[in-house]
Amino acid sequence: MTSGHDEALKAYEARIAALEAKLKAIEDQVVREAGPRSGFDVKSAAERYGLLVAWALLIIGFGLFSPPMLSWAPYASMFGFNSIIVVLTLGLILPLTAGDFDLSGASILTLASMLVAILNVKAGVPIAVAVVLAIVLGAAVGAVNAFFILYFRIHSLIVTLGVGYFINGVILWMSNSAVVFGQSLSALVNVVFATKILGIALLFWYALLLTIGLWYVFEFTAAGRRLLFVGRGREVARLSGVKVERVRAGALMASGAISAFAGVLYVGMRGSADPSSGLAFLLPAFAAAFLGSTAIYPGRFNPWGAFVGVFFLSTGILGLNFLGADSYVQNLFYGGGLVVAVSISQLVRKRQAMD
Amino acid sequence: MTSAAPGGTRRTGAASDALVVENLSKRFGGELALNAVNLSVRRGEVHGLLGSNGSGKSTLIKILAGFHAPEPGGRAALFGEDLPLPVQADEAKRFGLAFVHQNLALIPSLSVTENMRLTDFATAPAWRISWRREHEATANTLERYGLALDPRARMDSLSPAEQALFAIVRAVEDLGAPDDAKGHRGRLLVLDEPTPFLPRVGVDQLFALVRRIVSEGASVIFVSHDIHEVMEITDRATILRDGVLVEVIETRSATHEDFVERIVGRAVKRVHVHALPTAKRTALARISGLTAPGLGPVSVDVGRNEILGLTGLIGSGFDRVCSATYGATRALTGRLELDSGEAIDLAAIDPPRALAAGIVYLPADRLGAAGVGGLPIVENMMLPVLDSMRNAFGLDRKKMLRAAEKLGGEYAVKPNLPILPLSALSGGNQQKVLLAKWLQMKPRLILLDEPTQGVDVGARQQLLAALDAASASGAGVLLASTDWEQLAQICHRVIVFARGEAVAELAGDQLTEDAIAECCYHSMTRIEHGARQGLPPSLVS
Repeated sequence: MTSGHDEALKAYEARIAALEAKLKAIEDQVVREAGPRSGFDVKSAAERYGLLVAWALLIIGFGLFSPPMLSWAPYASMFGFNSIIVVLTLGLILPLTAGDFDLSGASILTLASMLVAILNVKAGVPIAVAVVLAIVLGAAVGAVNAFFILYFRIHSLIVTLGVGYFINGVILWMSNSAVVFGQSLSALVNVVFATKILGIALLFWYALLLTIGLWYVFEFTAAGRRLLFVGRGREVARLSGVKVERVRAGALMASGAISAFAGVLYVGMRGSADPSSGLAFLLPAFAAAFLGSTAIYPGRFNPWGAFVGVFFLSTGILGLNFLGADSYVQNLFYGGGLVVAVSISQLVRKRQAMD
Repeated sequence: MTSAAPGGTRRTGAASDALVVENLSKRFGGELALNAVNLSVRRGEVHGLLGSNGSGKSTLIKILAGFHAPEPGGRAALFGEDLPLPVQADEAKRFGLAFVHQNLALIPSLSVTENMRLTDFATAPAWRISWRREHEATANTLERYGLALDPRARMDSLSPAEQALFAIVRAVEDLGAPDDAKGHRGRLLVLDEPTPFLPRVGVDQLFALVRRIVSEGASVIFVSHDIHEVMEITDRATILRDGVLVEVIETRSATHEDFVERIVGRAVKRVHVHALPTAKRTALARISGLTAPGLGPVSVDVGRNEILGLTGLIGSGFDRVCSATYGATRALTGRLELDSGEAIDLAAIDPPRALAAGIVYLPADRLGAAGVGGLPIVENMMLPVLDSMRNAFGLDRKKMLRAAEKLGGEYAVKPNLPILPLSALSGGNQQKVLLAKWLQMKPRLILLDEPTQGVDVGARQQLLAALDAASASGAGVLLASTDWEQLAQICHRVIVFARGEAVAELAGDQLTEDAIAECCYHSMTRIEHGARQGLPPSLVS
């Protein structure tokens, strides 16, 4: 009996040794396949740069139908005009990454542009001072958003929707519902829109610098990592010692300040401020933010994705205008773009439910 | 009815079997997750399905539930009738097969009755629902299974154990009575890891319900990590390892070690705790006057190098000590004194302050509170030490990756690839990552809630070894758990809680699994009789 037992034990051990060898082989294979030196990964590259490729195809496609589209001039002006949306989108992705929506961004943009125009034209405040005040006001509105969201624990959608609407009322009140313009704004126009590099207005280069700056914050600072964890696992972040409420408030205030900066650029682009046209930027900015979260760093809101997202969408609209489509295509394109973008980003996230 | 599957009416297995599965394989990518596995479950049997993470047991269940399509060549039959593969998810029920997964698929904000009748309401909308009649019918049904629940109560007002019991009753009821209008011959219920998040009492109730269902002629497949539970409830058990069937065991004639060896494939080397220095233990931290909802006042002190276990029945409050001490949940009162002379008010403590004092906390909810599944391992590991990962330019990504890989190697994370998302790892490996995240900070006091829940046998020993090493190098450990075997194995001392208070302390030779169990149940009844002073001599606190 003992010898039979021993034999069985031996056979058993041999089998286990074989299985362990197999397991080791599998592990090695996994390490080889997933390892960083596995060469060019087609699938992840397609995910990361798909939007860039789609953008290039869009440009070529429109060029085939309408050859003037292949020249530099229409793109140079498009880059200039739409940089406002880039800056607004960059503001939005900060609270979005932290898990909060900021629907008041476009209202802050309009408020800031109106404040700069009124202070400068009607009150004679120097333009630099007016700009600084506008940006501070933007941060202050962000702080108000943060107070209601964090102190009363209300969903950010509701607070920022209400605050945004409230601000729209303030804008109409302070502007008497009229456009404000004046010669003295030309100093701002000079440093924002009239001066061009490579045929593109300066405001594009501001937007590019801000994109680089935020990319650095997201990727290479501890604050950026904490922001990401606050959005993806609030309880995880809190229990890991992250001051969650401070991070969320900071993101909302930064969003307010950046939205206000977009407003400053808007005055500089137009040489005037009107009480309503800026509000239309909200949806394009959200569409670009979500579209951007499917590219470059898929599954995360990221500055370069937002940058490419804005210009992808505006190229589509530019092309359709060239082909003679009416202005309503803007609504079709941005509205449809938002839903399609969110759908794609959900596919990237393997269709986990959104909070 | 006879099998209508095209290609013949061949019958697999005998009619006396509830389920027969033959030659079932499943390939993911290049690897066989399941390799020609057979499974047979008799009528009126509770059949265990065991295996560590990656053994193929969940793949097998998912094939039966219709989530995965198996490789061609496999066969399955339910109650003598061929079950066409791949299984259509909605068809399984018609064959008499029902599932209760760990996620119970209940709607928390709806009433018991609404949850009970969910499928009926969804498929056969009536013009008017008579709520009085529905509530009555639900109450009657639940009563038949010995469950006294208020049919009007909201689902989320029920305890986790009650919710699990309810989900099981609902699944069985959904199948209808045998040979009734729904027309199948038998009922087979698959319980897919129903117990890991249940307290001991809940498990006992669940087993009573399972026995009741079986006595009425149904069969049950019981999928679990927990060998004790499998030994307690099953008649036979099928053990899988690496996708291969290892053995079908008659539970009655098997020992605990038999199971462990077959699951792990080798005799598990148990971690033996380092011996405490014989001299009186040096105090490290003293928690005094701690109160929180359902807890206290409690005073506990933990020494340097000591692993102190906290346990009790569910509702006894033992599971609130760690989270309240760390500030994860609010304490009402309390004071924490450390050997450094620091004294912290526990009503005002929050995680940043606790961390500054060298205290870390690993919560039980792995992917809800301890780590983010969708983010890479490296980012999860490095979150608390980001400030040390800087270079002149900013965060040093390469340094982070190197540090994470080194830590992963030290704590035997498999596969040790820091760029993978945390959720790509098995439960045990996730826990190694999350423990490594804290231990790299060389904490002075380590607080843990149920650290080995849902972790397979091999990884469990590695986790315990890591904890033991941390305490041997000077840290104090507070380990809250209902796994008494584990507490007896690794702790130097165990404090038992009842009704929110510490009622007994076990150490040295008294510290055995049975003693803890006895103490937990004993102290409960003692307290109910208001006779704490009458505790047996071994339970002096």
